Amino acid sequence: MSRSWRWFWSLVFGVPLAVFMAWALIDSAKLFFTTALNGITLAALYFVVASGFTLVFGLMRNVNLAHGSLYLLGAYVGWVVGDQTGSWLLAVAAGFLSAAIIGLVLQVAVFRYMQGQDLRQTMVTIGLSIILADIMLWIFGGEIYQFDPPHAIFGGTPMPIVDRYPTYRLLLLAVAIAIGLVLWWFLNRTRVGMMIRAGVDDRGMLAAAGVNVQLVFAITFAIGAGLAGFGGVIGGTALSIAPGEDTRYLLASLVVVIVGGMGSVTGAAIGALLVGVAEQFGLAYAPTYSVVFTFVIMVLVLAFRPRGILGKPA
Amino acid sequence: MSAAYWRKAMNAAAAGQAWPHAPGNDAARARSSTTPARWSDDSKHNASAWLNWIGQRVSARHVLVLVGVLIYPWIATPFFTFQIGAQSLALGLIALSLTFLAGYGGMVSLAQMTVAGIAGYMVAIFGTSSMPAISLGWPWWLAVLIAITIATACATLIGWLSVRTEGIYTIMITLAIGVAFHYLAQQNYALFNGWQGFQRVLTPNALGVDWRGPIPFYYLALAWALAGYFFVQYLIRAPFGIALQGTRDNPRRMNSLGFNVTAHRVAAYAVAGVIAAIGGVLMVWYNGLISPGSIGTSWLINILIIAVLGGMRHPIGPFIGAIVFVLLQNFAVDLIDRERFNLVIGGVFLAIVLFSPDGLLGLWSRLHVRLRSGAQSRLTGRDARHTSSTVAARAPLSS
Repeated sequence: MSRSWRWFWSLVFGVPLAVFMAWALIDSAKLFFTTALNGITLAALYFVVASGFTLVFGLMRNVNLAHGSLYLLGAYVGWVVGDQTGSWLLAVAAGFLSAAIIGLVLQVAVFRYMQGQDLRQTMVTIGLSIILADIMLWIFGGEIYQFDPPHAIFGGTPMPIVDRYPTYRLLLLAVAIAIGLVLWWFLNRTRVGMMIRAGVDDRGMLAAAGVNVQLVFAITFAIGAGLAGFGGVIGGTALSIAPGEDTRYLLASLVVVIVGGMGSVTGAAIGALLVGVAEQFGLAYAPTYSVVFTFVIMVLVLAFRPRGILGKPA
Repeated sequence: MSAAYWRKAMNAAAAGQAWPHAPGNDAARARSSTTPARWSDDSKHNASAWLNWIGQRVSARHVLVLVGVLIYPWIATPFFTFQIGAQSLALGLIALSLTFLAGYGGMVSLAQMTVAGIAGYMVAIFGTSSMPAISLGWPWWLAVLIAITIATACATLIGWLSVRTEGIYTIMITLAIGVAFHYLAQQNYALFNGWQGFQRVLTPNALGVDWRGPIPFYYLALAWALAGYFFVQYLIRAPFGIALQGTRDNPRRMNSLGFNVTAHRVAAYAVAGVIAAIGGVLMVWYNGLISPGSIGTSWLINILIIAVLGGMRHPIGPFIGAIVFVLLQNFAVDLIDRERFNLVIGGVFLAIVLFSPDGLLGLWSRLHVRLRSGAQSRLTGRDARHTSSTVAARAPLSS
């Protein structure tokens, strides 16, 4: 794209955005900043869930459409553990571990035997998501479950402009940033992370170099699934757990990684930020069309960058 | 169809021979090789040439199935005619559009139910429903025409968006589009009447026939299902269909041969859109209502289940899949708890995907080959195994 076109498009999208922001700030600065904070904290949750999705895809080319189910599964298991032990931290750990174990079993028992058959793997994950959703509905029913987090993180934190903001949501943001940093450290500074990155670039060469690729796959799938379960508990605490949330977070993960670029953790962060902020602003300023904003972002990104903002050719 | 098969088919056609049947269908091929001899004596006449063509294409199986579906409503109870028969045909038609896209174009779109749903919504909005504040109350034929046009336009747009991506990405993007439309219909009250959708979207009373009755509606659905089936059958052998299969097998080569791959793919989406839209109109008439629930994620995926269940190798697959699906839907109650239908259908789908990627059609042809190889000598048994490997190579899903 030439420089003048780039200017043209930034003007086309930038000017209405700037006008809207100016109007919203003058109209009600409090609403604007609250919405922005809501958007950023929702983006944090989306990032946690979508980073696992993108990690698994990047390495294994496996579009895990059961990712939403793993989210819900982690949330339910976490709720049961939290209910039994009364410890929220144990619930978080249980959510991560249960989803990670299920993911590990899936990779070792099923996906290992369909390496390279992308469509078939995707269909299997669709079948699994249907079965998992129904079993969870069977066990937990249609009720809405709520977590009981420690008192210290449940109140409000005094903030400028917006007065008070839920501490838990700020914690969510901190956790997401921490996860992003840990993932970055893990992928860039550890030996396993190096293997994963090498596998993303060239699986065959990695295997030829004497690395047990199946082990790397299993580890990655467990981490990806575990992040979904972890997201289930911390997202279930911020909002609630109910049947149907699996589809919601699957859609969110899909859009986030389509926008950000498949397989890129940084892309997932950018995509999550765009989608989360757009969704919350849509909900606050045009409730009927909030989904449309998410969709428009996806369409625009696809129109200009078919592989997502940070996507690389496969 | 593998490239080798088409090359063979082309060569045969160029040599003026009869169009060969699909491999694995040797009984029909044997019949077709004997039939021309009977008719070649007076092949100067146009009519006999036509009969010749019929003789090659039509086997006893086809006639049996056609007669079967025609007399079915006179044997079956109204419940079986309407709930099982008509619903299978309408769902099969929607799934046929996916089979065309996925099996012959290599693009697995989960948004086919969305296209059908758009058509259904448009019938409700332009025609009559229980919401006179939104429904315009136009005559049914105008509403249907507009509905199909708009749905096809939307399908083309969805195609234009999703062909920018390939393979696995297509599933994700069409799923995202479908779910986004579901949420839009659910949240928007001005146009889509939100959560409730539209009730009392009734089959019209036209040409002196009340199409709402089980038997007339069955025949209406059957007529469109047959039209869709033969249309797809024709299209996959027309130059467009063959070029489309070429873009599925090797887009780069087709591109360098001078075919516009993107245009072919978008056109395939448009064609599939027409089929899905007709199926959608039938579905909304069948249900008598349309709501966000009819286009939710579960239904997007159900269409994929139907298509995969039946098998994507042949346009008859989605109809077989639809019959199995509808039967399971209605009788899962007897197998297991009423609420556990999803568990049953999910399990069946998983079993099919894991053990027979070609669906029930693949299962049948494998069984067929095994029975034949058991009956015949060792020598031809090896030939049969060869046939089964060609069948596997032709499977769009295992590639």
